[in-house]
Amino acid sequence: MKSLLRLIPYLNRYKKSLLIGLIAIIGSNIFTVIQPHFVGRAIDDLKYGLESKNLDSFSLLYYAIIIVGFTLIAGVMSFITRQTIIVTSRKIEYDLRNDFLAHLQKLHFSFFQNTPTGDLMAHATNDISAVRNVLGPGIMYPADTIVTFVMVLTMMILKDWRLTLLALIPLPLVSFAVYKLGKLINVKFQERQEHFSKLTGRAQENLSGIRVIKAYVREDYEIQTFKNLSWEYLKKNLVLARYQSIIWPTMFLLVGISLVVTIYFGGIRVIENKMSIGTLTAFFAYLMMLIWPMIAFGWVTNILQQGAASMKRISKILDIVPEIRNSENLDLSIKDINGEIEFQNVNFKYKDSQNPILKNINLKIPAGKTLAIVGYTGSGKSTLVSLIPRLYDVTEGKILIDGKDIRVIPIEILRKNIGFVPQETFLFSETIANNIAYGVDEIDNEEIIYSADAAQLSKDLDEFPKGFETIIGERGITLSGGQKQRVSIARAIIRNPKILILDDALSSVDTYTEEAILQKLRAIMKNRTSIIISHRISTVKDADTIIVLHDGQIVEQGTHEELLEYGKIYKDLYNKQLLEEELEKL
Amino acid sequence: MYEEEILGKAYDSRLMKRLLKYLKPYKWYVLLGILLSLLMSGLEAIRPYFTKIAVDINIANKDKYGLLTTTVLFFLVLIIRGIVQYFNAYLTQWIGQRTIFDLRMEIFEHLQRSNIRFFDKNPIGRLITRVTNDVEVLNEMFSSGIVMVFTDIFTIIGILVFMFYMNWELALVSLSVLPILFYATFLFRKKARESYREVRLQVARINTFMQEHVSGMLIDQLFNREKKSYEEFSRINAAHRDANIKSIFYYAVFYPAVELIGAIAIGLIIWYAGIEALNKEITIGTVMAFFQFNEMFWRPIRDLSEKYNIMQTAMASSERIFKLLDDKTTLPMQINAVQLKEVKGEIVFENVWFSYDSVENDDEWVLKNVSFKINPGETAAIVGHTGAGKTTIINLLTRFYELNKGRILIDGYDIRELDPYQLRKHIGLVHQDVFLFSGDIRSNINLGNESIKMDRIKAASRVVGLNKFIESLPNRYHEEVKERGATLSVGQKQLISFARALAHNPKILILDEATSSVDTESEILIQKAIQKLLKGRTSIVIAHRLSTIQRANKIIVLHKGEVREIGTHQELLNLGGIYYKLYQLQYKEQEIM
Repeated sequence: MKSLLRLIPYLNRYKKSLLIGLIAIIGSNIFTVIQPHFVGRAIDDLKYGLESKNLDSFSLLYYAIIIVGFTLIAGVMSFITRQTIIVTSRKIEYDLRNDFLAHLQKLHFSFFQNTPTGDLMAHATNDISAVRNVLGPGIMYPADTIVTFVMVLTMMILKDWRLTLLALIPLPLVSFAVYKLGKLINVKFQERQEHFSKLTGRAQENLSGIRVIKAYVREDYEIQTFKNLSWEYLKKNLVLARYQSIIWPTMFLLVGISLVVTIYFGGIRVIENKMSIGTLTAFFAYLMMLIWPMIAFGWVTNILQQGAASMKRISKILDIVPEIRNSENLDLSIKDINGEIEFQNVNFKYKDSQNPILKNINLKIPAGKTLAIVGYTGSGKSTLVSLIPRLYDVTEGKILIDGKDIRVIPIEILRKNIGFVPQETFLFSETIANNIAYGVDEIDNEEIIYSADAAQLSKDLDEFPKGFETIIGERGITLSGGQKQRVSIARAIIRNPKILILDDALSSVDTYTEEAILQKLRAIMKNRTSIIISHRISTVKDADTIIVLHDGQIVEQGTHEELLEYGKIYKDLYNKQLLEEELEKL
Repeated sequence: MYEEEILGKAYDSRLMKRLLKYLKPYKWYVLLGILLSLLMSGLEAIRPYFTKIAVDINIANKDKYGLLTTTVLFFLVLIIRGIVQYFNAYLTQWIGQRTIFDLRMEIFEHLQRSNIRFFDKNPIGRLITRVTNDVEVLNEMFSSGIVMVFTDIFTIIGILVFMFYMNWELALVSLSVLPILFYATFLFRKKARESYREVRLQVARINTFMQEHVSGMLIDQLFNREKKSYEEFSRINAAHRDANIKSIFYYAVFYPAVELIGAIAIGLIIWYAGIEALNKEITIGTVMAFFQFNEMFWRPIRDLSEKYNIMQTAMASSERIFKLLDDKTTLPMQINAVQLKEVKGEIVFENVWFSYDSVENDDEWVLKNVSFKINPGETAAIVGHTGAGKTTIINLLTRFYELNKGRILIDGYDIRELDPYQLRKHIGLVHQDVFLFSGDIRSNINLGNESIKMDRIKAASRVVGLNKFIESLPNRYHEEVKERGATLSVGQKQLISFARALAHNPKILILDEATSSVDTESEILIQKAIQKLLKGRTSIVIAHRLSTIQRANKIIVLHKGEVREIGTHQELLNLGGIYYKLYQLQYKEQEIM
């Protein structure tokens, strides 16, 4: 339960509306609780009238109007309660979810690599929603319950304390039954859900592996396995159904005992003339009023427990300290970047890993020059460039930009000056224009057109149904790998960056288009620093410097001509590519 | 709009007819459920009558003994009602569960029988939704939707009968609010349903946003987009909040409104009783009973209004399910298919043409006039550059796809005349990316085929050199394999798939060699295993390993869908053609090893 304390600051923001809600609860209860009293009076008047054959029908009309009037007032109050307390809970849910996302945005890249997206989504929806239940129903019903309980009990005791005592005996059992059964149902429900996931998982696995299943003619076996799982699921559902089916009959029975006790003992007291029939009627009505609070009591206890567990899970994420953040000794005088990059004795390994990925990297790229990186898969190329925008921090050594350690440059300024095209293209399900303009503050159509043109997208755009306004992704059209890469490149170009990093960003683009893009880039990046990772010699051959990475180390370095002469890996790559080209032509 | 979000009408007789067929095996249970509903409604509606008797007869006559009898009877009714309610609730669930179990199995079996082309055009995620969620939605209809409707209707009828029986004039007076209650409830349902859908839509939007922006967090951070994304998220989040607040409003109005309607009815009863008391037969007990009837009305009405939702979603789900079941993309089965009991293993491709889609010009053929012959016991290596059509050869031979022109013969039989299931039993297929199922190692080798006994599994593992590794595991052959074999290395997975093929002892082996690199030790194990695997059977290998190619009886060089060269390693090297270039590009450096 302690985890819920974290919600206090949120509640504080809405003090006023919560207070109004609580007052409304009290008001609505006063006007509800007083009604049975008038119903009772009406019955007594009616009885007297029937017996004496002298009935003042106006007094009955008067009671009728009071009952309707009071219900109306109570209704308005209960409307206010919902409009304040429950609405507040939705507002806090909103705040909490916003804060959750804001926190995620600050977290480091490796956190997302190690945390399944599904988990984070579950926190943002299910868990926050469980916490919301604590704030809405979890506040409204207990308040309502306590107020109703106190008032009704007072009224009942005032009318007949002995009958009250007798009638109330079974009621705590209602709360207890709801709490216990509710908990059990929750457990059984979880079990059922887990089995459902298992069933879904099996279906998923089966359909993903359908080719193996067909190749080995295992269809019948798979059907049998799925049948067993399905049957197991059915049984779990029926266990759950058993508990769910028993909760209402149990409640009715317990409440029924109260009713029976009241009818019998109340009836005896009426017969003995110790109580009027109207009072007995009112008593009945009061008893009915207590049933819901008793149910709510058990129910709310469960809500609180579930909410506390969810809050704990959310807190766990909120308590993670971002690994990459602005340090204390930030140099706030840095407003801009020129583009000279220097690696000094840089070593890097991933946290929780023994293997160094980069070993003793020393490298200097003068501002405005182009560096190309080649090397086999797993040689550390992507890691090397990801250190520049501080996706990770170096393990040892340092990286300098314009002579300053990148850790003293404010992250926003550092990243603002970098145009990064990652190896895995990631585009959002929005229009192409929005995707290109993703990283700029102001959307300027001319710049979008210019960047798209530089990335050789113009021709493709002509073919799309709505040009720049074409939506891509799940709800729009699917782009080819090359088109995606080019959008991703345009997105980097439009930032007008001082440093451009292409991490194997042209791999799906054909050589002809690639050449056109590179030519454009050369003009655009004339006075800017570029780093290009590629497998293709054609991409890298014009760079000012080419380095070959192998096992995390720089093993060859020089210009294209130099490396052809002295290099080994580079030359090997070069020869292979010539062969490929020849094969293509056959 | 997702397909899942489209809702149509709440009743479609064509769909309903088809759905009701699934209830047929359980018709007696359904009947029992309806009878129990009838009983329960009766017991529910009679309750206020006891109040009347207690007040008007027992208390009025000061009959203490009679009061005791009435209360005991009343209590008995409560107990019986409780028991009936329990059984009925359980029974309806039982019916629902059994029905959807049948339906789920029908869908799953249908999926198992569908051919590969079907899976090409249907994304797995969608199929899973059919087997799981769509079926789940129908549960509600089969259980509460069908039987419980009777309970609600019977209860309303029961209450009406008792009311009119006690005092028809008072009944009419108190029922005068009923149309308003009906109207209010159905109006509320409609509004609540709309806002619920709006909420669902916003939840989906939050999920989509989270999914996309958590996966793309890197981009957000690299492009300083955090603030804008946050604002965008806030907007969606606010829309979600406001949709909820709107629905709170409906609840906040509706519940007090129901109370008010009830209070008006009570007021009317009191008022009318007052007017009529002097000249008509009205008793206190009747008035009190009417108070109770008044409260009992709104529950069945509310339940009935909920059924509309259930039916609407059920219709939408069943429509999707039936669409799937009606898609019969199964292999054209030869009626008099030849049952090939024994296979020697001769494979002949004769002028085979194939394309995955319809062909407009000649460039689109994936295989063009492919012919070759592999004698029983021979190993043929198929080599070629990416996109040459290598995998397609496998797909045709296993009849995952049907060829367009030409024919494929096994032991002289056109494979289209053979029973495809039996054909596949003679073929062992090892895919490039090994697919492991969750379960244990044993079940991944025998794939649940119990006729493959433990000794055969062990022998197969020994042959491929897997036994040492397995013996080192705490549970040996029963060691758990996680989904997709997450805990195993690439090399180990390869070896398991070899053991799988070997344990099934096929006459024809098709091996698609993996290209992914493994450590040297595993590589040596794999190479040895491949040699043993190929021995004594007709094999087609899509080869990436020089060692495999060198040992092959013949190498078939595919290039852009055509067979360009056939011969042995040495012959083809001497030829100096495509194979020679491929050799330089892909295989040469393996010689160092």
